[in-house]
Amino acid sequence: MKGFAHSYPRAHINTDEIIPARYLNMDQEKDLAEHAMEDLDPDFVKNVRKGDIIVAGEDFGCGSSREHAVWALRGAGVRAVIADTFARIFYRNCINNGFLAVECRNISGKIQTGDELEIDVKDGVIRNLTQNEKYTFLPIPEFAQEIIDAGGLLNYIARKVD
Amino acid sequence: MGSTITEKIMARHCGRDMVKPGELINAEIDVVMCHDVTTTPAIDMLAEKGLQKVAHPERVVIMPDHFVPNKDIKSAEMVAKIRRWAKEQGIEKFYELGRHGVCHALLPEQGHVQPGTTIVCGDSHTCTHGALGAFATGIGSTDLAATLATGELWFKVPETILFRLNGKLQKGVCSKDVILAIITRIGVDGALYKAMEFTGELIDDLSVEARMTICNMAIEAGGKSGIINPDQKTIDYVKARTAEPFEVFVSDADAEYAAVIEMDVTDLEPVVAFPHLPSNGRPVSQVGDIAIDQAYLGSCTNGRIEDLRIAAQIMRGHQVAPETRMIVVPATSDIWKQANHEGLLDIFMEAGATVSAPTCGACLGGHMGILAAGERCISSTNRNFVGRMGSPKAEVYLAGPGTVAASAVEGKIADPRKYL
Ligand code: SF4
Repeated sequence: MKGFAHSYPRAHINTDEIIPARYLNMDQEKDLAEHAMEDLDPDFVKNVRKGDIIVAGEDFGCGSSREHAVWALRGAGVRAVIADTFARIFYRNCINNGFLAVECRNISGKIQTGDELEIDVKDGVIRNLTQNEKYTFLPIPEFAQEIIDAGGLLNYIARKVD
Repeated sequence: MGSTITEKIMARHCGRDMVKPGELINAEIDVVMCHDVTTTPAIDMLAEKGLQKVAHPERVVIMPDHFVPNKDIKSAEMVAKIRRWAKEQGIEKFYELGRHGVCHALLPEQGHVQPGTTIVCGDSHTCTHGALGAFATGIGSTDLAATLATGELWFKVPETILFRLNGKLQKGVCSKDVILAIITRIGVDGALYKAMEFTGELIDDLSVEARMTICNMAIEAGGKSGIINPDQKTIDYVKARTAEPFEVFVSDADAEYAAVIEMDVTDLEPVVAFPHLPSNGRPVSQVGDIAIDQAYLGSCTNGRIEDLRIAAQIMRGHQVAPETRMIVVPATSDIWKQANHEGLLDIFMEAGATVSAPTCGACLGGHMGILAAGERCISSTNRNFVGRMGSPKAEVYLAGPGTVAASAVEGKIADPRKYL
C-alpha cells in the first residue's frame, strides 16, 4: 500500500485536535471529515488527498475514546497512520475499524511531508520511496490482523455469530 | 507468584483460574454504560450489521449527559434515537433528564458499580470505577457495539504499575492534587496500556469519592484502568446503594508489577496543571500571577458533594472577583439536591457564581460555559488539551475544587489553604 506522508512529528497529538468535541453532535464520516485535524492544522483538509498517510510522534490519539477521530481521518481520505507510539483506545479503535495503524519507534523525525511511502504489512517494512530509506516495524498481532482483514470487529463478530 | 486484582477479575470473567499480562482474552462484561455521544454510532453499526438484539439488556445503563439538556437539534436527535432504541431493546435502566447525571458520577452513586465486576463505556474516563475495585475501561463505539451484541469484549491483560502513596495530606490538599502530581511525575503516557493500582496509607485515609478522582485520571497518564483494592469503606459505600451480591478481589502480596512507584504526600501542595497537558503540574506557590476569566467547578472528576462542600466553605462570605465568572455544575441530580439541601447552592449564588443543571457541558467544550479566544479558565475537570473547553486559543488550568473556588474569589489562580 502506497501513499504520501503528512508529517506531524510532535508527541501527544490528542483526539481533541483530531476532531474537536464541538463536532461530536455529528457521527457521519463525511461530516466529521470536514473538520479532521482542525485544531492542529487548519489546512489539513484542504491539503489531504485520498490514500495519504499521517506520520506522527509518540502517543498519537491520546485523550478521549471518541472513535470519531478514526472516522474523521478516514473520511478525509487518510489510509493509514504511522506513529512512534499510539494511545491505547485510539489504537484499538483503528483495529476495530479495520483501519491501519502502524507503530514504528522513532520514525516521526525521519519522514517529511510529501514523501511517498509504501507500507508492507506482511513483512513489517515501510519504504520511503522519496528518500530511498527503509524502516522496520513489529508485525501487527495476528488477532488484530484477523480483525483488520475481516474489515473491522463487527464484521468479525457477525461472521462468528453466523 | 500471586496475581493483581486486575488479573484476578479478568481471569474470573474469562472462566480461567489465572491470566498473565500480555494474554488476549475474551471477558464477560457485567455493566455496559451508554452516554449520548458514543452510543448513537454503536446503534447504527449494530443495525447495519444485522446484530439487532442486545445480548443482556439488564446489564446496560443509559444516561445522556454530554450535551444535556439538549444543546441543539442534532444532540436532541441523538438522545431521541437512544430513547427509542432503549425501548425496543427493553433496557430499563435509563436515567432521564432530572434524574440524570454525568455518567462516571452517576453510575457508582446509583449502585451500578460493584467490586469485582467488569465495566465498559464508550468514554475514556470509565477508569473512574476502578476506585471501587472493579475493572473498568474506556472503549470506542465499535467496541461498545460488539459488547452490546455479544456481552463480551476482547482485551489484552495489562501489566500493572503499583503506586504506593504514603503519608497524610496537609489541610487544603486533596486527592486531585495527588493525581495531578503523579501524572506530572510520570507523564501523559507514563502508564500507557497499563493498569494503575493505587495503595498505601493515603488511599486508606481517602473517602471512596476522593479515590474516584484519582482513578478518573488514570487515562490522563495513558493508563488502561485505575484500580484500588476494596476495603470496608468501599463495601459500606456499595452496600448502601445496592442489594446485589458481589465478590471482592484484592491483589496478592506477591503479585508481580511492571513497576512500583512510591510517593510521599506529606509535603504536597495544591497542584495546578498548566495548558495544554495534565502533566504540566506546578505547586500552587510557584504559579505566579495568572488572572482568570472563568472558574469551572464540576465534571466526573470533581463535581461530587465533597467537592462542592470544600468550594462552598472557601466561598462563604466572599464574592467572585468582578472580572471573573464562576460556573458550578453538580455532577448528578442527587448531588444537586443534596447541595441545595445543605445550602451550598445559596453560598455559590450569593457569591455571584451561577449553578447549572448536571451536564458534561463545558468540560468538553460542549455548551454552557464555552471559552473565547484568549480566555483563561481554572477548572476542576481532568483534561486541558488545546480547544478542550472552547476556542483553541483559550487556556485551561486544571486544579482541585478548593483551588478553583479560591481562584474565583481572587480573580487569579490562588492557594486555597489560606481560606481554610
Ligand atoms: S464530565 Fe468531562 S471528562 Fe467527565 S465524562 Fe463528561 S465530558 Fe468526559
